[in-house]
Amino acid sequence: MSPERTVRVVVAKPGLDGHDRGAKIVARALRDAGFEVIYTGLHQTPEQIVATAIQEDADAIGLSVLSGAHNYLFKRVLELLREKGAEDVVIFGGGIIPPEDIAALKAIGVKELFTPGTSTQDIVRFVREHVRAAV
Amino acid sequence: MSGEREWKERDVRFETLSGIPLKPLYTPDDIAGRSDDERLGKPGAYPFTRGVYPTMYRGRLWTMRMFAGFGRPEDTNARFKYLLAQGQTGLSTAFDMPALMGYDADHPRARGEVGKEGVSISTLDDFERLFADIPLGEVTTSMTINCTASVALAMYLAVADKQGVAWERLGGTMQNDMLKEFIAQKEWICPPEPAVRIVTDMIEFTARHVPRFNPVSISGYHIREAGSTAVQELAFTLADGLGYVEAALARGLDIDSFAPRLSFFFDIHNDFFEEIAKLRAARRMWARFMKERYGAKKPESMRLRTHTQTAGVSATAQQPLNNVARVAIQALAAVLGGAQSLHTNSYDETWALPTEDAVTVALRTQQIIAEETGVALTIDPLGGSYFLETLTDQMEAQAQRYIDQIDAMGGMISAIDNGFPQKEIADAAYRYQLMEDRGDKITVGVNKYVMREGKPINYLRIDERVETEQIERTARFKAARDMSRVERRLKQLADACRNGGNVMPVLVDAVKDYASLGEISDVYRQVFGLYREPIIF
Repeated sequence: MSPERTVRVVVAKPGLDGHDRGAKIVARALRDAGFEVIYTGLHQTPEQIVATAIQEDADAIGLSVLSGAHNYLFKRVLELLREKGAEDVVIFGGGIIPPEDIAALKAIGVKELFTPGTSTQDIVRFVREHVRAAV
Repeated sequence: MSGEREWKERDVRFETLSGIPLKPLYTPDDIAGRSDDERLGKPGAYPFTRGVYPTMYRGRLWTMRMFAGFGRPEDTNARFKYLLAQGQTGLSTAFDMPALMGYDADHPRARGEVGKEGVSISTLDDFERLFADIPLGEVTTSMTINCTASVALAMYLAVADKQGVAWERLGGTMQNDMLKEFIAQKEWICPPEPAVRIVTDMIEFTARHVPRFNPVSISGYHIREAGSTAVQELAFTLADGLGYVEAALARGLDIDSFAPRLSFFFDIHNDFFEEIAKLRAARRMWARFMKERYGAKKPESMRLRTHTQTAGVSATAQQPLNNVARVAIQALAAVLGGAQSLHTNSYDETWALPTEDAVTVALRTQQIIAEETGVALTIDPLGGSYFLETLTDQMEAQAQRYIDQIDAMGGMISAIDNGFPQKEIADAAYRYQLMEDRGDKITVGVNKYVMREGKPINYLRIDERVETEQIERTARFKAARDMSRVERRLKQLADACRNGGNVMPVLVDAVKDYASLGEISDVYRQVFGLYREPIIF
């Protein structure tokens, strides 16, 4: 049995918003749960995030947006992943995102969106269940 | 004794939200160490524990100042007028992320963000529309803006000139607290040293030319929202304040010439007594620093005047109407803590920017506290409580330990370079989240009393056309300018940045010649370089 590589997750803050409490907590919770975590830091463009994900051979990207710019930013990350042939990377995210937008973003390929009040265990469980390490 | 009932305590943690252990009962013994004069003084007198003014709310109620901003300048202008019509007593402006980070609406980095988290501003044209028909000599205006605060102040002064209002009559506050940006809110252009230099330019400039304006609002709010404890919020905020005082003194300013206009901004979270104690401890500590460390002579220099806001971080997306109750209790704590100004959050803000209905409930909450409850009829009604006085002393002592550590590092800029406050806050945020995940800390509707979600609430939508419209308008406006004048002003600004001249007079001329916020920020980027954060999580 070949040992599976550890699942690798990029936690990213796209756009200009500086609210990073959630992103840092999620990054740390995923790290503590045994995943390999790359946190991009703040103010990343979608291009920078996708480049990081490809360079780090990430299996998933968690995007945190609290500025209301989620519709543009999530969509742009998905487009760029497709352009680079990396659409197998699982996209999930969280932030201040109203229900209508959650439904619309899921329809275009965002796997899951978490709103304020989500426990870190739920996010860890989501990554365990939905993200497999690329071989 | 046999036959007597054994009184058992509930199996919960008896400690404050910040982890200060609580005794079952506080008695005169707990406060025996200090005299009332040393601990409390009189309202309006050193050390200001009981409040910064002799009459407090009997003289004048706190300013009800609701933070508002979204969409185009005219959208926010309409919300301002609505709030003033509803009895609000001061304005507070929220800018969108591009304005806060130094990009015009037509910059590629602004895509998707224009008018979303606040009002979109690129040029003086936008600022004029934002304050159209609002008499700047009669309202006070607070602006939550930091690395581009110098531009916003210049635009505000230019609008005042156009309205014919003398600068001496202008009252208001720029947030302009760059140190806490590096620690918590994370909006920046250049590194801490040049950032603090611009703040100091503004402190110096307003002290001379806009004497009723608060050039900086030293803010714990964002520190707390980033996940700190109440003690950390208290300590890091005061340490930031000391940083600005040191910078202004190094500029050669006299302490009593600028200290009276330094203002503060604290978060008011769920732990009722801890938050009241925090405000009282903050006043006492600041007064002592000003008097003893810096030799301030004027009582006004020693007064810690503070805006407050209920804790956004405590609001829940689940059962959103519960936030109305949280906000009411937090607002009561702000008032019992002696705040000068208060913003109450709206119950729908975990979903989007607030609707007019939600904002109205939030404003009415303050009006109910002010007009119905009677808590504003006497000064510092909780003063002398064995418990509250003990807690105030404990918070002071714990915060002082942090400040001693920061002093030992050489002040806040060095502490930030070391990642010290950032790491302390990230650790506290994570600890808090784990406690909530384990159920050690209860959040009603989230980890206890959970309900299947009901029908979603109404929320505010920003029309996608706002962005397109603002981009077009900005581009059109810029194309119609006299570019030779703009370029000359930007060159003068770059020179002032390089040779240490005060940037403010140059900026006022620059915005009047329609140099944009993004162009001015580009000068800062070119001259001072970009800040890169240490990655700490």
